[in-house]
This record gives sequence, structure tokens and C-alpha cells, in this order.
Amino acid sequence: MRKNKGWMLLLTMLLITSLLAACSSGGGSPQAGEEISTDPADIKGEITVLTQRTDIVDSVFKDYAAEFNKEYPDVKVNFQALADYEGQVKIRMSTKDYGDVLMIPTSVPIADIPDFFEPLGTYDELKEKYTGIEERMVDGQIYGIPTVITFSGIIYNKQVFKDAGIAEVPKTPEQFQAALQLVKDNTDAVPLYTNYASGWALTQWEADLPTVAGSVDYVNIDQPNTDENFVAGKPHYELYKVLYDAAKNGLIEKDPTTTDWESSKADLANGKIATMALGSWAITQIQGLTDTPDNIGFLPFPTNASDVVVPLAADYNIGMNVNSENKPAAKAWIDWFLAKSNYAVEQGGGMSADKNAELPPILDQYKDVTFSTLTPAKEGQEGLVDKIDNEGEIGLWQPDFKKRIIEAAISNRSESYDDIMKDLNDKWVKARTELAK
Amino acid sequence: MKYLKISNWGYSAQRIFIICAFSIIPLALLFTFAYLPVINMFKYSFTDWNGYSKRFDYVGFENYSRIFSDPEYFKVFIVSLYYFVATFVQMGLALYFATILSFKIRGKNFFKGILFFPYLLNGVAIGFIFLFFFKPDGTLDTLMQAVGLGQYTQLWLGNPNIINVSLAGASVWRYMGFNFIIFLGAISSIQKDVYEASDIDGANRWQQFRHIILPSITRILQLNLILAISGAISAFDIPYIMTDGSNGSETFVIQTVHLAFKYGKLGLASAMAVVLLFIVILVTLVQRVTMKGEE
Repeated sequence: MRKNKGWMLLLTMLLITSLLAACSSGGGSPQAGEEISTDPADIKGEITVLTQRTDIVDSVFKDYAAEFNKEYPDVKVNFQALADYEGQVKIRMSTKDYGDVLMIPTSVPIADIPDFFEPLGTYDELKEKYTGIEERMVDGQIYGIPTVITFSGIIYNKQVFKDAGIAEVPKTPEQFQAALQLVKDNTDAVPLYTNYASGWALTQWEADLPTVAGSVDYVNIDQPNTDENFVAGKPHYELYKVLYDAAKNGLIEKDPTTTDWESSKADLANGKIATMALGSWAITQIQGLTDTPDNIGFLPFPTNASDVVVPLAADYNIGMNVNSENKPAAKAWIDWFLAKSNYAVEQGGGMSADKNAELPPILDQYKDVTFSTLTPAKEGQEGLVDKIDNEGEIGLWQPDFKKRIIEAAISNRSESYDDIMKDLNDKWVKARTELAK
Repeated sequence: MKYLKISNWGYSAQRIFIICAFSIIPLALLFTFAYLPVINMFKYSFTDWNGYSKRFDYVGFENYSRIFSDPEYFKVFIVSLYYFVATFVQMGLALYFATILSFKIRGKNFFKGILFFPYLLNGVAIGFIFLFFFKPDGTLDTLMQAVGLGQYTQLWLGNPNIINVSLAGASVWRYMGFNFIIFLGAISSIQKDVYEASDIDGANRWQQFRHIILPSITRILQLNLILAISGAISAFDIPYIMTDGSNGSETFVIQTVHLAFKYGKLGLASAMAVVLLFIVILVTLVQRVTMKGEE
């Protein structure tokens, strides 16, 4: 027994020291500017890849790893899928342990990216090869490359449109409202499903801003330099007017507060819902739920602009942990994943960031439509839109004011559409002056 | 080596060593997971930290002056009033059931189990259960139609005048079990012979409740009231899971979470958390002072 006591003492001490040490541990960071060898035979190590795709992590990703190992036999790839990706990665990023390769959370402010991610190359090196890399660029260095390039608009059920007697695909907001009305009058389907309760689905509307503006310059160039962002006649006003009018005229689901995202996909696939405003990434998911995938179509967002511009946007960007101990292996995985996995088309429901990739077949009917990425912000104005947005608590990419619009439209609030837009514009102007100080 | 053997130390040295050894781990845990975050929260509340950056600036009392100068941030306390009113319903029900079940009744333990069960459930599960419950044509509507109250069905979560009542109702369902079990414990600590004596004197059940049970559990009643009121002020999980604060159901804590994680204003959100902490402390103090005055 006496001896045991000594052991207990030792163990207790160990436990305490380890508790205290946990707060201050952490190895030295690897040397910056290390030469990265690209010869597959030289690359060794074990890497962890974080992904948001809980649905295919044990199937498709395992196959990717097997394919990858044919070229790089000495690299072991582990996967971790996180259900609440943004939330969990955010917490892990306060430590050094957030995988070797991961998707850059969209909420990380651009200016802070170099603290967490390793540069993958300079803009000049990569601009010929990939689309959409400007989004995560700091001082000419590229920190993330899009895993999928998606486009946004309205996803609709062709059969429902046919049953409703809609002869031509609606192009302007008026035609769109008329089409929704026809769906309501002639079918049992919900004309426009908002997915109010899930919240994030409402943020998909913001992606259609360039289509309404009819220009790829609006978002990053014009918007941060105007005091009239939510004024009647301007893109934001027109964009959300579509949502407001639809809700006001009873063309949305009966009780928005109890919508359910998972079942809405099946309902659209099976003709219980006519339209939803989403990104192209949803198309493959919806098609997978029906026997007649050809019924699912894509519409550019209704607009009065003379040119129809469908914005191409980057889905999650793949990046490398700056604290990774196997950077060459991580880089090899990123390059292989982008070039050879065909993830973008098969799993991402969009197209590859590779410049040579072709448009998917669902877009064949839109020969007169321009598909283009957004113009990056002017020098010195990078991330300015986000800054104004956060300062003013407006939430361009948050569901809050979209919910407010729906609530006002179904008379749950006593404010009008113009009241909401005025309030948003006041916040915008105030935040802009605040930041200009 | 000789001094490594604890048994060779003096009695008081051994005593001190053992007390320290046994308390150091709980204290370390308490400090790491309770006090350190609070200290950091105070620190962040004076900064403009966005939650990610390795850098942040100290901005003095700017966050606090922003909270107190903008009525928008305090408007959400109106929602807390619903939960505050629900608190009394909750305690009334809990006291009623606790009293009944402390007398001799058939199936007593079964009912105790049923009443306490909701408190054991995970808050997220409860959120989802009640989402289905309140859905149009969901459980509640079906139930009302079955008993002939079909014309009174509402959009329970869709109607902004009712949503907070619905949510507070779910909250009552969830937390009543906790109040109930505490009341039950307090009531069962009353000596049996007091009841016997009152029976001999011819007291009925109501008189027993009024003159024996109620005076014996005043302390516990006060404690539950304090807990319930601070709970109402900081109501969070049920509305957050069920509606995410939309349609006019936003509470102060939900607003704090949104500011921190949607708009990257960790500094401002920390300041709001500090303000909430002080409000809860204040309410507790006021209650203690007024309750003391009664005695």
C-alpha cells in the first residue's frame, strides 16, 4: 500500500502538469518559404483532410484516397467529416489541430487568412489555371482554390410548369410572378418554397444579385461605393421585391416557420414544389431523389436587365493548414483532388475551377446567357463589402432580413417593404460613414 | 527518498497535503472551465475582436455605450416577459403535482417518473418534438380536431402574437419536472407526525397544504423563483433550436449569439454577456433583500 501511495502521488503530479501544459504546448512552426518537392516518390507522410461532406466521406472519398495512393504510395490520407462544418472548424481553428487540408470557412475574414492558411501560389502563377481564386487572395498570394464552381438562380420542376400551362420560361420579375400565380391556380404544388426555417437557404438569394444588376461589377465594385444600395430601382431592392411579392400574394408555403430543407428537396423532385432559389449544387441532390431527373430545370434569376448574367461563384475553397507538418503531402493532395478527382462535376453539382472545364449539359438551353465570375474589388477595397455589412449588422449573407421581408409580406409585422429597405439603407449609409472615419 | 513517503510526515502536514491534493484537480477544472472564460469574456468586452484574428484593439467602453445607447438591443427583453409569466404557471403546476404526489396515491412512482422525464431529455430533441407538435396539421392540430376544437387551430409558430406563448409552453413542459422534483424533496422532508396531528384535529387536504406544506417550503419556493426568473431572462435553447429567434421570438441570449457568430462582433457580444450577468446578479440580490424583509 505504501508503494501505491507514491505512485498515486506521481500520477497526480503528472495529471496536473499535463493539465497545465495543455494550455501552453505547441511545437515550433515550420520554416516559412520551405522548398516543396513535387516528385511523388519523395513525398511521404500522413495527412488529415477535413470535409463537410458527411454523406460521401466513407464511400467516394475512400475511392479518391485509393486512386491518389497509386500516384503517391507513401502518403496516408485520413478523412474527417464534420456535420456542422463552419461551427466546428471555427472552434478548432483556435488551436493548431484543424487537419492538414481543409475547406476555408467562409466566415474567416480575408485579412486573417494568412494566420491560418499556407499560400498555395501567387495570383500570377495560378490565374491561367483556375477560375475564382481572387476570393481568398491576400497581397497577391492565393490561399484557397474553389473545389466547385457553382452558378445560382431558380431551380424548378418542368413537369409542374407544364401542368400549370406555362408556355415560356419566365425571364422578367413580372413574368415570374405570373408563372407562380399560374402554378397556384392550376396545380397543387407550392409555387415558391422559401425554406424560411432552415435560414441559410434564404441566403442563396443574395447570390442572384449580379443577375438582377445585369453586371458582374456590381457586387464588389459599385456596391461598396454607393449610398443607395437598397433604394427603389437598385438591384437589392428589385431582387428581394420578387420574394416579397411572392409572399404577399400567397405564392409561398402555408406556414414558413415550419419548413424543412431535407423534405423540400424531395418535394421539388416529385412536383409538390414548383420553384426554389438555390445554387446549382442542389441540382444533383434533387435529381438523386427522383426517377425522372430530367424534370429538374434551371432558370436564370428573373431580371429586367438587358444582358442576362448568371454569376459563377466558388463553393468552399480548399486550403492548407499553416501548422501542417506534412505540407508537401498536403499540397500533393490538393493538386490531385482538383485535377483528377472530378469531384466538382460528380459530387459538387457544378463545374471544375479548372479553366478548361466545359459547362454542364443542364445549361445547353442558355446560349444567350453570360456565365461569368464576379469582378474582384478594387485595390484597397478588398473585403470592404463584408466590413460594411458586419459593421452595420445588415447581414447580406445572413437570413435575418430575408426572414423579416417574408414576415412583413405575410403581415406578421407592421412594416412595409419600403420600411425594411429604408432601414437597411440607413444602416448601410451609417456603417459606410463609420468606416470612412 | 525518506521525505517522499507521506506517512513519515507529521499529522498536520499530511492533512494539509491531502486536502490540497484532493482539491487541486477540481479547482483546476473549475478555474479552467468556469473562471478563465469569464475573465476572458470581460477582457473581450473591451475590444473589437472578431472571433478569428490574432490581433484586436482595445476600445474602452465603446461596446457598452453602444448597447446602452441603442434601444434595439434591449427591445428583446419583452420576449423574456412571456417566459417570466410562464414561470409562474410552471411553478404552480410543479407545486400542485408535488403536493398531490406526496400523499398516498396509486401509481405514485409512475407519475413521478412521467413528470420528471422531460427534464432528462436533450434540449435539441425537445426542440424537434415541438416543431412537429406545432406544425400546421401537426400533433396539436390533429389533437384539437379530434376533440372538436378544430376551429381554434392556429399557425402556432407562424403567428407572431402566439409564437412566444407556444415556445414558453414548450419551455414549461421541459422545466416543470425540475421544479417538481425539488418541491417533492422539500415536502417529503416534513415530519409525518405533523400530518397525523392535523388529521386528528380534523384538517382537510387544503388546510394541510395551506398551513403545513406551504410554510415549510418557503425557502425552496424562493430558491425556485430565483432560478426561474434568471432562467426567463436568459431563455435560450427552446427558441434557438425551434425558430432561431425568427418571427419575433428573439431573446437576449440569441441576439448575443447572432452578433458574435453571424456578424463577427465577439467584443460587442461579450459586453452583452457581461451586461446579462450583471442583470441576473442584480435580480437575485433584489430578491434576496426583499425576501429577507418579509421575515
